[in-house]
Amino acid sequence: MTDEIQSSADGRAAPGYSYGYLDAQTKRMVRRAVLKAVAIPGYQVAFASREMPLPYGWGTGALHITASLIGPDDVLKVIDQGADDTTNAVSIRRFFARTAGVRTTEATADATVIQTRHRVPERPLGPDQVLVYQVPIPEPLRWIEPREPECRRMHALEDYGALYVRLYEDIAHIGRIATSYNYPVMVNGRYVMSPSPIPKFDNPKLDRMPALQLFGAGRERRLYAVPPYTTVKSLDFEDHPFEVQHWETPCGLCGATDSFLDEVIVDDAGGRLYVCSDTDHCARRRAIRDGSATRAPWRDDTDGPEVA
Amino acid sequence: MTATMPINDPPPLLTVDGLTKHYDRHVGCAAVSFTLWPGEVLGLVGESGSGKTTLLACLAGRLTPSAGAVRFRTRAGAVVDVHRVAEPERRRLMRTEWGLVHQTPRDGLRLDVSAGANIGERLLTAGERHYGRIRATALDWLAAVEIDQARIDHRPSTFSGGMQQRLQIARTLVNRPQLVYMDEPTGGLDVSVQARLLDLLRRLVSDLGLAAVLVTHDLGVVRLLSDRLIVMRAGRVVEAGLTDQVLDDPQHPYTQLLVSSVLSV
Amino acid sequence: MSEPMIVASGLAKGFTLHTQGGTRLAVLAGVDFSVAAGECVALDGPSGSGKSSFLRLLYGNYRADAGRIAVRHRDDWVDLVTAPPRRVLAVRRETVGYVSQFLRVLPRVSARMLVAEPLRARGVAADAALARADALLERLGIPARLRGLAPATFSGGEQQRVNIARGLIADHPVLLLDEPTAALDAANRDRVVALIRAARDRGAAIVGIFHDAAVRAAVADRLFGFAAPSPRPVG
Repeated sequence: MTDEIQSSADGRAAPGYSYGYLDAQTKRMVRRAVLKAVAIPGYQVAFASREMPLPYGWGTGALHITASLIGPDDVLKVIDQGADDTTNAVSIRRFFARTAGVRTTEATADATVIQTRHRVPERPLGPDQVLVYQVPIPEPLRWIEPREPECRRMHALEDYGALYVRLYEDIAHIGRIATSYNYPVMVNGRYVMSPSPIPKFDNPKLDRMPALQLFGAGRERRLYAVPPYTTVKSLDFEDHPFEVQHWETPCGLCGATDSFLDEVIVDDAGGRLYVCSDTDHCARRRAIRDGSATRAPWRDDTDGPEVA
Repeated sequence: MTATMPINDPPPLLTVDGLTKHYDRHVGCAAVSFTLWPGEVLGLVGESGSGKTTLLACLAGRLTPSAGAVRFRTRAGAVVDVHRVAEPERRRLMRTEWGLVHQTPRDGLRLDVSAGANIGERLLTAGERHYGRIRATALDWLAAVEIDQARIDHRPSTFSGGMQQRLQIARTLVNRPQLVYMDEPTGGLDVSVQARLLDLLRRLVSDLGLAAVLVTHDLGVVRLLSDRLIVMRAGRVVEAGLTDQVLDDPQHPYTQLLVSSVLSV
Repeated sequence: MSEPMIVASGLAKGFTLHTQGGTRLAVLAGVDFSVAAGECVALDGPSGSGKSSFLRLLYGNYRADAGRIAVRHRDDWVDLVTAPPRRVLAVRRETVGYVSQFLRVLPRVSARMLVAEPLRARGVAADAALARADALLERLGIPARLRGLAPATFSGGEQQRVNIARGLIADHPVLLLDEPTAALDAANRDRVVALIRAARDRGAAIVGIFHDAAVRAAVADRLFGFAAPSPRPVG
């Protein structure tokens, strides 16, 4: 690993940092944990989370993974609830631009590493991409079993009946499975996994995805993985099969009927608009529709190498 | 004339051999041996601290004994050593072949999910994935344990103690185990509520052909429910036999004391 | 005479009262006894001579200190003194019926259910067992309106008749009767006597304690005598 203080070897990363912020030993430890996670799809691997320059809950776990995997040739995209332009997404992109000297992008297609909070991009990902999820609570059994050792034992023994109790309760009280985000999935027919708080709309995208999916929880010090082309099945009942959300109206900006929509209040009179949560997806569609796009209207390398 | 044993006896369901549990130097139970046949109800009596609950936990596979063995004959006809099988298998057995009714319903129920979910959980764990069937079964069992079916979606925390105990029984019996362990099932209930529960247990045990090991200190309960009786003191079996034999013609000084201490059994 | 159903030999029974300083009471010693199918034997002797204890020994309710009690069970002989509990239960279910002096009432269980129980225990369907119970209770003068009630509130005589019905319903080959008519008026006593005679005539071996001389004369083929008060402290 060529990580050390001379990280700005290519002249782009800021001097004085370890390459990608974390020290070499920590990155080695995280990579080993990632390898184990990839070897056992859906299994939560413990890792020694370090103090990061942002608070727990802001994506420290995913930050560990991104920092350990990213190389000078990578192109990084960061989204927060689908948007590239929130404070958190912008800050994390800038952080890696500065500490790893990588190019950043808002274009899903151009990214090699995508760190995400609570969404999966609408555009299908390819085999050369890695999706890194920010995870607050990695344990899908937490709701039904508060004792951590017992949760571990339940995973070890595939003892998942109690998890279905939650789905049963939804149907009994609401008439359908009401869980709409962080909807538990069975990975590779073996481990039940929390997909992080993505809407269940995104769950089908996890199944047999060509990209590597990694999940990091900094506060809980756990990471887990779904290797490319792995089966991911959302839990359900035979007579109440898994379903995703649908909207009556298309996206108010791009007219998409097949994407996840956010409700936006647009005026003081309570007027509202439903728009794509994936800002890159929406912008791309509008550009194509407007015919303005021989060159895309979204900016590449927005936050570029930024040497202080 | 010779008293010969018939050769067509069914094989025993449970064979307990020299079961011993030490806690550090304290003895939980010592050298307990007995055999239980399908459909038989065995009472375990003795005062508090006599090792009954420890023994029950060892029998049910929840506590690992210091010595001795518990062998169980599954529906498939395999005889398994409860403490030597791998844990996944032991857990499976605990949820399909036998059940445990706790003294305190709170220990045996999920208080924060509905009565229906409590009953359905063992079915879900066993792989049932059809909501409609689970719900129908839960309704049947609510009726069987005399709980108003309209309360299927209510949480057991809103139930009386007697209802909670009946719900726990439904939750335990829903997938028809061969054997049920009961730890003071009537403890902590009003006398009138006890009578209803006892009658219910008696009927379920006989209708389902259940075998049961019943821990209690109430001699009236064992008189009513159990075929055979084991009397324990300080972790050891002091007397065993037919229930009415032990109660009406007690041999051991401790059993005599126990029987003579009861007003009328 | 037809074949023996119970053959007891060298039977001894005593009680050690540990709660009363280890006092030892000898009740029976060296008792030899037999009863055959179709025969009714009345146990005879003064109060405290051990008749009830003897009857309980024959049911396996008391444990003998010595001797054997061979009972003809199915086509075999079972020694109640040494038989394991399961065997004793099987003998009680199929071969030896017992009518105690007092009915043991169960909470919430109706009279007809109580009476039907010995048949249910043998696997007879509920409907058939209850029909038999109703018929027998009818014969014993328990009106239909009472049969569906738990007998806890019944009079002593009504409870005793329910108890007798429960003891007789399963047509056990051997019947042990402990004062079956003590609480009954003359009319009901006659009904019970008729049932006991019918049981004997169908071939049951009957052993009973009957204080009422008229009842004894009406049902007993012979007496089996117990010596004067034997319970005496030893040591």
